[in-house]
Amino acid sequence: MAATEAPAAPATATRAVPEIVAHRVDRPVSGWLGWVTTTDHKRIGVLYLATALAFMMVGGVEALLMRTQLAEPSNTLLSADRYNQLLTMHGSTMVFLVVMPIWAAVANYVVPLMIGARDMAFPRLNALSYWLYLAGGIVFYGAVFFSPPEAGWTAYTPLSTGPYIPGNGTDAWIFLIHLTGVSSIIGAINFTVTIANMRAPGMGWSRIPLFCWSVLAQAFMILLTFPVVAATVTLMLTDRHFGTCFFDPACGGSALLYQHLFWFFGHPEVYIMILPAFGVISEVLPVFARKPIFGYHAIAASSIGIAFLSTLVWAHHMFTTPLTTIVLAFFMLSSMVIAVPTGVKVLNWLATLFRGSINPATPLYFAAGFLVLFTLGGITGVMLAIFPIDRQVHDSYFVVAHFHFVLVAGAVSAAMAALYYWFPKMTGRMLDERLGKLSFWLQFVGFLGTFLIQHSLGLSGMPRRIYTYASDAGWGPENLISTVGAYVLGIGVVITVVNVAWSLRRGRRAGPDPWRGNTLEWFTPSPPPPHNFDVIPRVRSVEPMRDIRHAIAARTAVEAET
Amino acid sequence: MDKGTVIPRLRLTSCGPAAAVALTAAVAVLLLAPVSAHAGTLLPERGGSPNADRIASLYALVLVFAGLVFAGVVIALVYALWRYRERRNPVAAQVRGNTRLEIGWTVAAAGLIVFLAVWSLAKLDAIESPDEAAAAPAAVEAGIVEPGPGQSLRIEVVGRQYLWMYRYPGGVYSYGEMVAPVGVTVELDVTSVDVAHSWWIPKLGGKIDALPGYVSHTWFRIERPGVYTGQCAELCGRNHAEMRAQVRGVEPERYVDWLERQRALIREADEQVARDRAGSGA
Repeated sequence: MAATEAPAAPATATRAVPEIVAHRVDRPVSGWLGWVTTTDHKRIGVLYLATALAFMMVGGVEALLMRTQLAEPSNTLLSADRYNQLLTMHGSTMVFLVVMPIWAAVANYVVPLMIGARDMAFPRLNALSYWLYLAGGIVFYGAVFFSPPEAGWTAYTPLSTGPYIPGNGTDAWIFLIHLTGVSSIIGAINFTVTIANMRAPGMGWSRIPLFCWSVLAQAFMILLTFPVVAATVTLMLTDRHFGTCFFDPACGGSALLYQHLFWFFGHPEVYIMILPAFGVISEVLPVFARKPIFGYHAIAASSIGIAFLSTLVWAHHMFTTPLTTIVLAFFMLSSMVIAVPTGVKVLNWLATLFRGSINPATPLYFAAGFLVLFTLGGITGVMLAIFPIDRQVHDSYFVVAHFHFVLVAGAVSAAMAALYYWFPKMTGRMLDERLGKLSFWLQFVGFLGTFLIQHSLGLSGMPRRIYTYASDAGWGPENLISTVGAYVLGIGVVITVVNVAWSLRRGRRAGPDPWRGNTLEWFTPSPPPPHNFDVIPRVRSVEPMRDIRHAIAARTAVEAET
Repeated sequence: MDKGTVIPRLRLTSCGPAAAVALTAAVAVLLLAPVSAHAGTLLPERGGSPNADRIASLYALVLVFAGLVFAGVVIALVYALWRYRERRNPVAAQVRGNTRLEIGWTVAAAGLIVFLAVWSLAKLDAIESPDEAAAAPAAVEAGIVEPGPGQSLRIEVVGRQYLWMYRYPGGVYSYGEMVAPVGVTVELDVTSVDVAHSWWIPKLGGKIDALPGYVSHTWFRIERPGVYTGQCAELCGRNHAEMRAQVRGVEPERYVDWLERQRALIREADEQVARDRAGSGA
């Protein structure tokens, strides 16, 4: 196609669709230069995905090194400083360089397609988001060659600001937050504007796909909280280098202030990482149950409710600090309340499966695994919200288990579901089902093996972030089980990576709509052309693609299957 | 639409779901079997101090409800996946929701949360506030506390990289191991002189952070003599893992003896230091 023209508006259109009429089309830049200079949301999505998967491998190796060190008491594989560096790199990598970018990848690729747009609202800003993210990763990992940070991904003061850690690794961590933070803020603005303004005709607010709702809620949380953490780490930077005294009690600062500011960002961050996962599950379950999502409005509303409540619960990370009981009680109640919208989502997902016709494909496996494991993580979250209980399990392996249930079993399972679900759209080829299911079972069993037992370790007194323990503590067998589980989980992830590499060239051809999807991305070829759609259909329900299949069936007299 | 080619009609692989479920169950049993003998597998540590016991009881109650909810979700999920699989149920019901049902389960979830919150708040005071019970007669006799309810012994806990220091009434101090009388409510004022630490002896109750510039408060009351161990629970630097803490509960009269001995040792050491200083100064 040499030029695109706005298609004649159908007679039924009630509103003009803003579209660009191209009078000249530049030759596409081919090869690697095409990838570097691209502003196409799909290519940027692929760049995000590839980079995030690469960092996931690095973060995974860091995790396995730590698990190997802990496999037996008094192990000497890693020194204390190496271990602290690894736990800092692992946490920061997984939060800022893996989980958030994976959602940026998925959202970049599918949000414009789902809402029937030709690109994001600001394509060049979108490219800037990606390159800032990559820069953040490079700056952070540059520190590996000098002195890696070792104050944990939370970088509590005064450990991070005082003379306690040699080297400037903490500064690399600060710039990681700054660069990936600006990247996320720009991305959030872009997604908000795109979803607000660029929807296909007829797609009112109650017809927006639930994944887009979750991205919208996530974008608002990013806009509310990333400026706060940016300011916080800037104060930390001036404390470290320019003689200010915001967080150092030795000269009148407050170590507790840092915790408040960090967790005001830090807790919404958890939902920033998990809300798009909720969105993926809400897309995958109806397609594979062949049944509309149960309670669309409740699920969309609960995303908004969670986003709002997430800004009111931060001090549940500080239940062991000297806060007054009334403050503790407030944050206990607010943290428990957030379980209600989350629980409502789980029940709606279950109800979606009931009376469906369930196609047991790999994305559904991962979605079902998500339901089991995320529910467990959510339940231990309620236990942690009760602060007398939290005092026993806070900063112990119980908490490590809890947040890995939420973030690995929650966010990563959903990311796997998203990968298996949308890979055919991105590449035109299916991922292999046998490898996919093998990968699922290894991840599921490996995950349970790694993290279920860690609840017990925490209950029996093992604090997190210790590089070794004595044999008389009695934590040896549990730790060995956990380490074995971690390797199984690692193999499971590697099998998916192998699957991706193999299926890119050898996978079965997918066609435009291999899953009989509900949303508009399945209306266009796989992979979609640069302009996404030749014709943007008018949307009449929350499942426009299903309507289109029905309409085609009616016209061609071929019976549609729902 | 041709079902056979376009729609992935997925056969379960050799690693089928039944085998996989069995494998998962077997692994779970294997994982739990060797450790179920240990304390702390399912409940927090207890048996040192009443606050730890009360936390464990509260935890047990919450665990029961948590287990019920989790079992309910998993059973519903497995049932749905089995009962409504494509081969058995080829046509899906086109249901978009049920407002009554949805309001019902929202209210039920909120009700459960309210119950747990109210129950926890009711148990709060007994866990948070130092035990008011009168000290054991032996402790009163030894002169550790006054007779009558609401009396307690205050010990100051100071964290530093990578050692805990304890200051007792009367200027006596010790490092690493705290010695405490049994049968007496001991209130702790916890602080730090460098980075953030966290005081945690699992059998003696929950942890509390030692933050420089702040004083945190917690308490315990040991009834049986013995050694209770724990370690720092907040990343405090490279030797965080070695920052052990220990409380030795002893009979009141032995506590007083120890205090005297410790005071003498400290005086002796101070004099030695003074002599050394004078010697090197001359």
